[in-house]
Amino acid sequence: MLLSRQQRMRKECRTTYMPSTQQFCTFFIDGHCFGASVAMVKEVIQFQPITRVPLAPDVIVGLMNLRGQIVSVMDLRRRLEFPERPFDQLPVNVVVQAHDSAVSLLVDEIGDVIEVQEETFETPPVTLQGFARHMLRGVYKLPERLLLVLDIERVVDLENFTHGSVAAIGTNLYKAHATESARRVQ
Amino acid sequence: MDEIVKDFLIESKENLDRLDQELVKLEADPSSKELLASIFRTIHTIKGTCSFLGFAKLEKLTHTAESLLARLRDGELSLTPEVTSGLLAAVDAIRLMLAAIQETEHDGGEDYTPLIARLADLQNPLALASKPPVESPAAPLALPTADSENAKPVQEASAVPPVLDEDLADPSKLGGLLLQRGLVTPRDLAQALHQQEIGRKRLGEILIEQGAAHPEDILAAQRALESRNPEAAVETIRVGVTLLDRLMNLVGELVLARNQFLQLRNRVQDAAFLPLSQRINLITSELQAEVMKTRMQPISNVWNKFPRTVRDLARNCGKEVHLEMEGQDTELDRTIIETVKDPMTHLVRNAIDHGIELPEIRKQAGKQPQGLLMLRAFHEGGHVHIEVTDDGAGLNRSRIREKAIERALVSRLQVDRMSDREIFELIFLPGFSTAEKVTNVSGRGVGMDVVKTKIEKIGGTVDVHSAEGKGTTIRIQIPLTLAIIPALLVTSGGERFAIPQVSLLELVRLETGKAIEIVHGAAVYRLRGRLLPLVYLNSELGLVTHPLRETSDAAVSIVVVQAHGCEFGLVVDEILDSEEIVVKPVGKQLNKISAYSGVTILGDGHVTLILDIPGLARRARIISGSQDTSQKSNHPEATVVTGSQAFLIVESGSRRRMAIPLSLITRLEEFPLSSIELAGRHEVTQYGGKVMPIVRLSRVPSTGGSASTVAVPDDLLQVVVCSESGRSLGLVVDRIVDIVNETLTIEPPGHRAGVLGSSIIQRRITELLDVPALIHEAPASASEPPATDEKGV
Repeated sequence: MLLSRQQRMRKECRTTYMPSTQQFCTFFIDGHCFGASVAMVKEVIQFQPITRVPLAPDVIVGLMNLRGQIVSVMDLRRRLEFPERPFDQLPVNVVVQAHDSAVSLLVDEIGDVIEVQEETFETPPVTLQGFARHMLRGVYKLPERLLLVLDIERVVDLENFTHGSVAAIGTNLYKAHATESARRVQ
Repeated sequence: MDEIVKDFLIESKENLDRLDQELVKLEADPSSKELLASIFRTIHTIKGTCSFLGFAKLEKLTHTAESLLARLRDGELSLTPEVTSGLLAAVDAIRLMLAAIQETEHDGGEDYTPLIARLADLQNPLALASKPPVESPAAPLALPTADSENAKPVQEASAVPPVLDEDLADPSKLGGLLLQRGLVTPRDLAQALHQQEIGRKRLGEILIEQGAAHPEDILAAQRALESRNPEAAVETIRVGVTLLDRLMNLVGELVLARNQFLQLRNRVQDAAFLPLSQRINLITSELQAEVMKTRMQPISNVWNKFPRTVRDLARNCGKEVHLEMEGQDTELDRTIIETVKDPMTHLVRNAIDHGIELPEIRKQAGKQPQGLLMLRAFHEGGHVHIEVTDDGAGLNRSRIREKAIERALVSRLQVDRMSDREIFELIFLPGFSTAEKVTNVSGRGVGMDVVKTKIEKIGGTVDVHSAEGKGTTIRIQIPLTLAIIPALLVTSGGERFAIPQVSLLELVRLETGKAIEIVHGAAVYRLRGRLLPLVYLNSELGLVTHPLRETSDAAVSIVVVQAHGCEFGLVVDEILDSEEIVVKPVGKQLNKISAYSGVTILGDGHVTLILDIPGLARRARIISGSQDTSQKSNHPEATVVTGSQAFLIVESGSRRRMAIPLSLITRLEEFPLSSIELAGRHEVTQYGGKVMPIVRLSRVPSTGGSASTVAVPDDLLQVVVCSESGRSLGLVVDRIVDIVNETLTIEPPGHRAGVLGSSIIQRRITELLDVPALIHEAPASASEPPATDEKGV
């Protein structure tokens, strides 16, 4: 029973989530280690001057000039509902390319690019509740810590994945997600 | 997909577009050997490549088309409209197959046997009965360019004997031309060519050295060659659009880096540094200008497909149309070209379907049976003007009027008072169509409004001019480029913003903010007697939160802007400078915010938001979401609740209070009683060079009936000038009381003319005036400008 579940999970990992080898760009937010697929990360740069955008949702800190390209800057702490970053701490820009537009994610600190073993993959633990759960693909159990893998497409999609709309628009997605993880837990 | 297939697709697509044009041209000029040769060549190329790539169906079709063309070329067949249609159908089929190849890498499952049979039938000897007078028999040599292409390697290879083969006589080469002109002897030429092969010298030089020809002759011949073959002189390569955009971005960055570099110049003491920095400066500017040019494309890119469209449409409608195009080289920004494509097509279709009449009707009207459709494009005053003119029936005013009423777009009352221009404007209303029946060409009632919206979206305007029986001209005016627009930079709440120059009217600086009047949180300023609603940019954008209660003594900067015909003042902290800015789109995460139309990067590398003035106006409720609220308010059925709106409260006769919507008021004036004149039974005055009717509010509604004028001190009348759809009306009031911003609950008044109903404002019963009705009931003749041609009777 246990074996078959693992096998099924591995198969799913292979087909739906993970190519055979996965590399992640890692970064830290409020002490947690997050990862984004290297294929989506364009570059990592130090903090840049930002133009404030009045009336914008507050996860969008503003706009920055990335060598002539205008990039929206999103505070990942706010997006994932972590407490605000201390004032004296300068964030780092992780520029990701999602769909057609580039978005810069503000993180506390940047980590290494790491390669992970598929065997260590798990879906988000049920104990991890709240809104942030919908933006996680899953967790890799690294020897020293857990690597939380972000679904970048969802992170930058403010239309369908905002706090209010997950309940309304994303119900089906949420349901699918919930039943899937419930099934896995059994 | 294979690289070679991709190349084939791109090349064939261009060739097909040319084919369309050439076939239509050929129909007009069937004797042109060159056109026929070019068409033949194109089809031949496609056939050759697709057989090589193994697209059997495509090959079969092209082969049939080619044989038909071969017979035409050899003069065995004459070009009839049927043949042209057949060939055009073949071009369409090829296009479909190419699209299929692009998607599936196979030439599609469609069955083209009927078409192939039709093409085969067309070359049927029966058709030979009408054999045309052929001036020259089969003349493969009359295909100069085709031969010259084949000839190239041959000529280069003719290293050995000084024997003159026919390739040497090719007049598209220098030697051949000289020979043709009899300036060299064949012997000399052959010898020179031989020399050219051995040595590295050019043919002309050798001939001169040998004394076989005069230098002048050779120069003249060279010049003739260059002018004859312009395509050969200009070399082009294909570059992806994304690459060009990227280049454009990088150049922008380079300009910024250059600017910083130039600032450094003052600090560096090295003598070599100054000239170097100047050089970099120059090169960068030049590079920028050149890269900008790559975005420009001639309008012929859009127009090229029109000869075909016009021919097909005209044949469908049974009309004869001659298409003329002027200013095809007029260049436009790539993005604008894309946007005008559909509106242009629509206008052309309209002109043929609605504008140009059937040949018999044209004859009856004393016109040429063939209609003329004229496309013109030219640059003027930083704009591109495009005109679509037809010499057809023109717009039928009464029919437009009837249709507009029938479709409940306007009321009969409104239409009766409209000028010609305003009536023509009706065709741009959504849902308007005068076509008697829906054809597959036009008549569905979606169209002109889309044309107008599309053009206005890119900052352009559309105008109609029409004379009944003579034709219609639609004039489009669009900016040269969307990418770069002039804008005014302002600051508000510590941030910089750009306001596009198109929405800018004037700049006003008040030395003291006390001149601003604030009523219930709504600020207005009397700008030359006219009430200007004010919007504080910082509070509108949420940069400050405290509501406005009173004005401070500090100086105020107002940017007067307009959106959809409404003027309002934008209060900003500081007015900086105007600058040419490069517009970039706002990211997906932010495009829901209606306050911005784009983003730009300023000279110092700073990212700045571009304000969307119409969007801001909507946010601030200067203009309502739907623009025709005033028309709807004509029919109060029961209790009506208006949206929050600003009203001017006036008093008139026996302390009656009345409210006038602020949006309809253009000015507050004082007229001496003596300036009021009588026209018939109506009071009028001269205002702005026009005759403006005057209505005394004390007589509205006509309850009193007495002519007793209310005593006005100093014989000065307080007049509120209202206007709607181009007509003005002066309302004489006793006193202007206040301006309120309120949501009114209106009780219907029974039915009294001129009054929509009453409401309670500031604990007083206040009547809401129906200004549009008052304006329309005012004498029509008085509201028209004097001296029109109907006057003579």
